[in-house]
Amino acid sequence: MTVQDSRCAPGELGRGSPAAEPAALAAPLDLTDLSRRRNAPGRRAGLRRIRWLLRGLVPAALLIAWQWSTSAGLVPPTTLASPKSVLEAARDLIADGELQTALRVSAGRALTGLVIGAGIGVAAGLVAGLWKLGEELVDSTLQMLRTVPFIALIPLFVVWFGIGDTPKIVLIAVACIFPVYLNTFAGVRGVDRRLIEVGRVFGLSRTRMITRLVLPNALPSVLVGIRYAMGISLLALVAAEQINASSGLGALVMNASNQIRTDIVIVGVVVYALLGLLVDLIVRLLERLLLPWRPTIVKS
Amino acid sequence: MAADDREVLTMTNPVGTNPVGTNPVGTNPAPAQPAVVMRDVGKAFAARRILDDFALTIARGEFVALLGRSGSGKTTLLRILAELDTVDEGTVLAPRNRSVVFQEPRLVPSERVWRNVLLVLPRRESTLARAQEALAEVNLADHARAWPHTLSGGEAQRVALARALVHRPDLLLLDEPFAALDALTRLRPQALVHELWHRHRPAVLLVTHDVDEALRLADRVVVLTDGKVGLDLRVDLPRPSEGTGSRFDDLRSQLLAELGVARPASPA
Repeated sequence: MTVQDSRCAPGELGRGSPAAEPAALAAPLDLTDLSRRRNAPGRRAGLRRIRWLLRGLVPAALLIAWQWSTSAGLVPPTTLASPKSVLEAARDLIADGELQTALRVSAGRALTGLVIGAGIGVAAGLVAGLWKLGEELVDSTLQMLRTVPFIALIPLFVVWFGIGDTPKIVLIAVACIFPVYLNTFAGVRGVDRRLIEVGRVFGLSRTRMITRLVLPNALPSVLVGIRYAMGISLLALVAAEQINASSGLGALVMNASNQIRTDIVIVGVVVYALLGLLVDLIVRLLERLLLPWRPTIVKS
Repeated sequence: MAADDREVLTMTNPVGTNPVGTNPVGTNPAPAQPAVVMRDVGKAFAARRILDDFALTIARGEFVALLGRSGSGKTTLLRILAELDTVDEGTVLAPRNRSVVFQEPRLVPSERVWRNVLLVLPRRESTLARAQEALAEVNLADHARAWPHTLSGGEAQRVALARALVHRPDLLLLDEPFAALDALTRLRPQALVHELWHRHRPAVLLVTHDVDEALRLADRVVVLTDGKVGLDLRVDLPRPSEGTGSRFDDLRSQLLAELGVARPASPA
């Protein structure tokens, strides 16, 4: 069987006669050896083997410097507590349950705020993304409000909602709306036009078009928004708790700060960081559960 | 371009008696029965006239290949018949029950292969068995539960073909469906398209730039030139054609000449 490319008639690709070529072929050819690099042994592979060791080197050095400078008396404990005393403080706080209670209260605030904010963000993003009228009504308003730094709202929320949990949750919710909204809107609008054409060709109803084509394919973007929002919810949590908090991680840290207990302050900071890690883990889990069809997730 | 002289009509089941989905081979009604009628069709993008007083009729069950230089409006013509583009003027009649296979597979990435195949069908008819039946026709029955991104280009395009045929369309529109496949990979799906067309007998409009492909598969090859039918050739070859022989070469040269690709080596 012959396979011919019909776009190009035979003879058109002028195959020059051999006699015309020698001049070009006479010049010396500079060949470079490409095989050598591929098989290059040693240095890189060696580096890769001790990669984890290398990565841990600087943090370990910093930790040692920290311990040494504090225990040698170069830095007074009121400025920076030693790693050892931070660990002890953590142990004590866990032993009397204070840390767990504070963590539960704070995580509860962050989660409640996040759920409310993300819910509003997704809803607004869908309304603006799916309906032209919705976009006109919602988008410009939210884009305008987005420019307000949410921390600037704290004093107002204190006046409106007092000093309990409410102003903190509202602040976190407000902060979470925008990343979720923006990514939901972009996700809905970013669904491949060619897929929408498939829906039109096959005469799908608007409802089926939305549920089978638009929403599932906007979901990755929505999750990106939620991931951002989770980070921001922690930021808002810290900001909100440093003002007028009577319970939670923020209260623990602020009290310790007033008593110049830097060991407890550092415990608080570390716990905030661990919360951030946990949040990231949750998002990854969500992505794995909700997006089984994405190539990256299948491979990992 | 006034909206008044624009007319796009949709015809359900031109025979009126034949229930949709059953059009057994052999009991084919009068071959003159049209599945597609285009008359006086005009279409312009900005100042460029893509279709100019264009007319084309495709009979029921007829396999028509549409050739044309790139930019000649082949795809626009197909998109008009798919109701993805509108005409500026003229009459277009096409069966309501029709399907498209695009240049790319365009599978829904978030749904497994079998769900993709059932996209066209109402929910009550959407069963795994139905999908598997359609997938078996394109030799992909064991891929029913796969995700689209795990398929090769050729496999994905075959799924798109199964999806396009699952509801037994009266008109199948193929927009260079094999263009993304290499010349060797193309041969099998071409044979498959011919086989499925033979079995279900939809009217087919195959847009392609491959003269050999057109001649191998189609009853009729139409060349779109300057917005009109430049050449309308009936392919009187046994099918699926081997792609060889003097008659084949003769038709091939006629088409290449109409496309402006001269057979003999062009003067330097």
